[in-house]
Amino acid sequence: MSILGTRVLRREDPKFLTVGGTYTDDLVIDGAAHVTYVHSPYAHARITGVDLEAARQAPGVLAVISGADVELAVIDPPMVGMLPAAMGRRALALDVVRFVGEAVAAIVTEERYQGPDAAELVVIDYDPLPVVVDPEESLAGSTLLFPDLGSNVSFDMRSPATDGFFDGCEVVVRQRMVNQRVAPCPLETRSAAARWGSDGRLTFWSSNQHAHGVKARLVGIYGLPEEQVHVINPDVGGGFGAKIGATPEEMLLPWLATRVGRPVRWVETRSESMTGLGHGRGQVQVAEIGGSRDGTVEAYRMTVIQDSGAYADMGAILPFMTKAMLPGVYRFPRQECATVSVVTNTTPMTAYRGAGRPEAAAAVERMMDLFADEIDVDPAEVRRRNFIPADAFPFATPSGSTYDTGEYEKALELALATAGYADLRAEQAARRASGDRIQLGIGVSTYVEVTGGAGFKEFAGVEVLADGRAVVRTGTSPHGQGHVTAWSMLVSAQTGIPMERIDVVHSDTDLVPRGEGTMGSRSLQQGGAAVHVATLEVVDRARQLAANLLEASPDDVVVDTVNGRLHVAGSPTSAKTWAELAEAAAADGGLGAEVDLPAQGTTYPFGAHVAVVEVDTETGKVTVRRLIAVDDAGRILNPLLVDGQVHGGLAQGIAQALLEEVRYDTDGNPLTANLADYTFVSAAELPSFERVAMETPTPLNVLGAKGIGESGTIGSTPAVQNAVVDAVSHLGIRHIDMPTTPERVWRAIANATGKERA
Amino acid sequence: MNVSITVNGVRHEDEVEPRLLLVHYLRDVLRLTGTNIGCDTSSCGACTILLDGQSVKSCTVLTAQADGTELTTIEGLAATDGTLHPVQQAFHTEHGLQCGYCTPGMVMAITSLLRENPHPTEHQVRHGLEGNLCRCTGYHNIVKAALTAAEAGAGAFR
Repeated sequence: MSILGTRVLRREDPKFLTVGGTYTDDLVIDGAAHVTYVHSPYAHARITGVDLEAARQAPGVLAVISGADVELAVIDPPMVGMLPAAMGRRALALDVVRFVGEAVAAIVTEERYQGPDAAELVVIDYDPLPVVVDPEESLAGSTLLFPDLGSNVSFDMRSPATDGFFDGCEVVVRQRMVNQRVAPCPLETRSAAARWGSDGRLTFWSSNQHAHGVKARLVGIYGLPEEQVHVINPDVGGGFGAKIGATPEEMLLPWLATRVGRPVRWVETRSESMTGLGHGRGQVQVAEIGGSRDGTVEAYRMTVIQDSGAYADMGAILPFMTKAMLPGVYRFPRQECATVSVVTNTTPMTAYRGAGRPEAAAAVERMMDLFADEIDVDPAEVRRRNFIPADAFPFATPSGSTYDTGEYEKALELALATAGYADLRAEQAARRASGDRIQLGIGVSTYVEVTGGAGFKEFAGVEVLADGRAVVRTGTSPHGQGHVTAWSMLVSAQTGIPMERIDVVHSDTDLVPRGEGTMGSRSLQQGGAAVHVATLEVVDRARQLAANLLEASPDDVVVDTVNGRLHVAGSPTSAKTWAELAEAAAADGGLGAEVDLPAQGTTYPFGAHVAVVEVDTETGKVTVRRLIAVDDAGRILNPLLVDGQVHGGLAQGIAQALLEEVRYDTDGNPLTANLADYTFVSAAELPSFERVAMETPTPLNVLGAKGIGESGTIGSTPAVQNAVVDAVSHLGIRHIDMPTTPERVWRAIANATGKERA
Repeated sequence: MNVSITVNGVRHEDEVEPRLLLVHYLRDVLRLTGTNIGCDTSSCGACTILLDGQSVKSCTVLTAQADGTELTTIEGLAATDGTLHPVQQAFHTEHGLQCGYCTPGMVMAITSLLRENPHPTEHQVRHGLEGNLCRCTGYHNIVKAALTAAEAGAGAFR
C-alpha cells in the first residue's frame, strides 16, 4: 500500500523536541554587531530635530543613524504598479512619521543590551500633526497622510452602485460590519542578519516565508547582480502571511553592515513586533442582501473600506481577494462589490491567514444569517436553497472566479449530522423556554476560498545520489507545515527510497535556484505537485537505465517501491538498486530531474463549520463548547499535517470572532502593543475540535490537492460569530460585531432588554 | 557578578552583568538556544525552563537570582542515551508541534504540570497551559500530547 494519504509522523520533530530549532537569532555569526531601532512615539508628526551625539558616545556604540543619513532609495510598495509609489516607505522616516512604531533611527552596538541603553539617549524632536485612525474618517479626507497626493486612497476598486439592484426582492437586509484589525503574532518575531563577504557578496538571513522574494528585494534595493546575493531562511517560527514581504528594518541591515564594516544582526522584541510586523483584516463592510420569502437570494452587494495602515503595502490590496470571493458558496443571480483602501496613522496592514478571503466569508455568512432571521427560516435551510449545486462545476461566478470542484451541501449535511443539529436546536429551545441564564447558540458557516494563486510556476529538483540517497530541492519555504515529511513521502512513494534517506533542501537561494515560497495555501498543490512530477521523470530515467543494464525494454522495468529497487517485471531477483542506477548515470549528468511546474489554475477548497457556544446572559461571556469542522481540500497527502493546519486555523478564526483586536486610541496610540494587552488566544479559551474528513479532488493538479493552510480560519470565524448572535437572537439582537467580547455581548443584551443603566 | 549555576547537570561559573536575564544567559552565554523568546511581558512561555524542578519563565528571572540553582532546559530533558522524555515522545506522536518555536517552553511547562498533577483532566491541562502561547497548533494536539504523556507516566518520570 502506498504511503500517500496515510498518517505519517513528522521527520522534522526530533530536532525541535531535543535541542530546539535553529531560528535566525540562534545562528552563530562571527563578529556580528547588534542593531536596535528607535521608533516614533507619535502617530503623525513632523520631525523637527535629530540629535544623535549623546547616543553615539554611549558604551559599545558603533553607529547611530537617522533617516537623513540613509541615502538608500525609498522602499517601494511591493506590488509595483498597483499601489501609488509615493505611498511607499523609507527605511527610516525622514521628515514625517506616520504611525507609532515607525523606525526613525538605527543603532549598532557591540553587545545586545547596549542598543536599548543608547536608544534612551537619542533625541528626536517632533511637531505633532493631526491624526486619522478611523478608515471611514480617512476616506472623508480632512487629514491627509500624503498631502501631495490630495487623497488617502491607496487602492481603488470603486464602481457606482447599480440602480434598481434590489428591484423585485421581497426582503432586503442591510448591515454594517467591522472585520476588525488583528495581529498575526507568529511566536518568533522578525529577525534578520546581514554579512558582506570579502568578495562583495551579501549573505542575508531572515525569518521569512519566501527566500527568493527577499533576494529579489535586496537585489532591487541595493542594485546588486543576482549572483551577489545569498538569502537563507533558517527555521522560521511561524509566518501566517505576515512574513511574506521584506520590511524596512530588515532591508536596512546590509547598509548598516557596510557602515560598521561588520556583520549585523537584529531581532525585534514582541512589543516592537506588535507595531512593526503588520496587522491583518481591517475592513469596514456595508452589505445588503435581497431575496424572496421562500429563502432564495436574488441580489447581494457589498462596499468595503479597507484600512491599509500608514503606507501602501500588501494590506491595501486585500480587497482584491474579498471581491473575488464575494458570493462564497452561493449562486446569487446579481452581485456587486465596490472597495476602496485608505491609509491611516496606524501600523501598515499585511497578509494574515486568509488575507481578504475570511473578510468575504465573514460578510456573506453573516448576511445569510440575517436574511434567514428576517424571513424566519432556519439558517442551514437558507444555505441549502442557495448553494451552487454539485453538478454545476466548474462554476464561473459573476465576480470572475471559476470554482473547480465542490459539494457544498454534502459538507453542510456532514457538519450538521456530526453536530447533532436538531438536538442542539431542541436544547436551545428548552433553555430559551426556561429562561436559562446560560443560553445556547448554534452557528453555521459554509465557505469556499481560493488557494494556490494563478500564474505561478514552482521549481522542484529531485536527484538520486551515488549512495542511493535522494535530494529534493523545493522552491517552497516551509515554516511549520511539514514539507520535509510531505515531500519525502511523495518521492518515497514513487521510488521506494526510504523517507529517512531523502533530504529536502529549501529556503536557501544558493541551493535552490528559484521558488515562490509558502503562502496562499499553495505548497502541496504547486510545490508538492512539482516534486511529484520531477520524481516521475527520475523514475522514467531510472527505468531506461535499468533496462540498459538488464538488457530489457524500459516498458518491462518496474519499480519495487517496497524495497526501493528496479527490476524486469516477473524477475525480482535481478534488480538494480537506486545507488547502482545513480552510478550508471554518473557519466551522463547524474540521475535527476528539475521541473518548473506551471499551476493549471487556482483551486477552491470548501467546507462547513458548526460552532456551539454558551453565552452567559448576565456577564456577556461566551464559551465555545464545540467546533465541528468539515474542510475539504481535495486529496489528502498526510492527514496528520492536514489536522494540524486546520486546528491552527480554527483557533485563529475563533480568536478573531471572540477575543482578538488591535486597538488604537484617537491619537493613534496603540492600546494592544504587547502580549499582556493583546488577547492572544490561549488553550484555556478553546475546546478540542471535531474534524470530519471529506475529500473532493481537483482536476487542476496531478495530486488532486487543494490548499488547506487557511480554510480553518475562513470557516470558523463566521460560525462562531453567528453562534454568538444566535444565542441571544431571541432577545431581538440581530448583529454583534467582532470580537464578541463579554462587554460587547453584555451591551447588546442590555440594549435589547432595556436593562442598561446609563 | 559571579554566578554558579548547574544547567542540565553541568555546573557553570560565569561573570555576568547583574541585569542579565536568565534566558539571555542560557542563549547567549551558554549557547543553549533551544529556549526561545516570544515576548517581553512574561506572557508567552516560550522561555519556560525548570529551576530546581519548578517551571519558570526564564525571561522573568535574573541570572543572579538563579545563582546556586539547578536548571533543566529542553536540551537536558531526554535521557543521556537519547531516549525521549514521555512528553517529548507524545509531542511527536500526537503532532503537538509545527514551527517548533513554542515547543521547548510547552514541553517544559507540561513536564512540570504533570509532576504536580500526574493525571490531569483536559480542562486542567488547558488551564495549566494558559501561560504558554502557540500560534500554529490551536493547542488541540498539544493538549492531546499532554494527556498522552500523562497516560505514559510522565508525571513520575525523572
